[in-house]
Amino acid sequence: MTQSARAFRCEHTLRELRAGLEAVHAEVQDALDAHGFDDGAKFAIRLAIEEAVVNAFRHGNRSDPNKSVFFRAAIDAAHAAFEVEDQGPGFDPASIPDPTEDENLEIPSGRGVMLIRAYMADVEYVPPGNTLRMVYRKPT
Amino acid sequence: MASASHISVRKTDNLIRIDFIDRNILDELNIHQIGEEMLKVIETEFRPKVVIVFKNVEHMSSAAFGTLMKVNERIKARDGQLRLCQIQPRIHEAFVMTKLNRIFSISDTYETAIASLA
Repeated sequence: MTQSARAFRCEHTLRELRAGLEAVHAEVQDALDAHGFDDGAKFAIRLAIEEAVVNAFRHGNRSDPNKSVFFRAAIDAAHAAFEVEDQGPGFDPASIPDPTEDENLEIPSGRGVMLIRAYMADVEYVPPGNTLRMVYRKPT
Repeated sequence: MASASHISVRKTDNLIRIDFIDRNILDELNIHQIGEEMLKVIETEFRPKVVIVFKNVEHMSSAAFGTLMKVNERIKARDGQLRLCQIQPRIHEAFVMTKLNRIFSISDTYETAIASLA
């Protein structure tokens, strides 16, 4: 039964973006199913993981093939928590312009972090900014 | 190695219907290819009227939004018009959250999208 499913934990070292993401998505979606997360939650979490891992590879590691991204997940009946860590120098999330401001609306990039913040309940960049922690809370 | 097309294109006069083939518009290489394919179609038309149909799409990333914005810019530069339609509710919600529903004209159906073209 969903309510009695044991808490799920996983940890991956991702060396290739797309192959790593596909493996993570499959494992996480199975765990979300086992813990009774609905389709809306699964959509939100998949999008947030996608944006976080792509940012870690592209902006954090600057697509350096010698660097990895570390992905950790902990999922229970009420929460889905994720940590994405890159091997870059970090960044100040406050430096990202708000893409929903009128003057930024037509800029084609910069919406990944905004989508993560929109879909996840808690989002935190751990100094120096190369580790993202994000939590989805199942509505009660 | 060239990969298979990720869109299907149907042209009638200067009306161009573009359907996504893939359910997930996530991979950056695919998104880049989609953008290139769309631009190639648009470049051959004067005042193109373009309708992009999202019926098959279940997931898309912020990179895909960026490509759509570049395509929109190119269409406007050619004095054309772009409409998006049949976007699934969860993806439509992402358009609203990012306020991109203010940049794009979005219709529920293909028919209403065509009807809205001047």
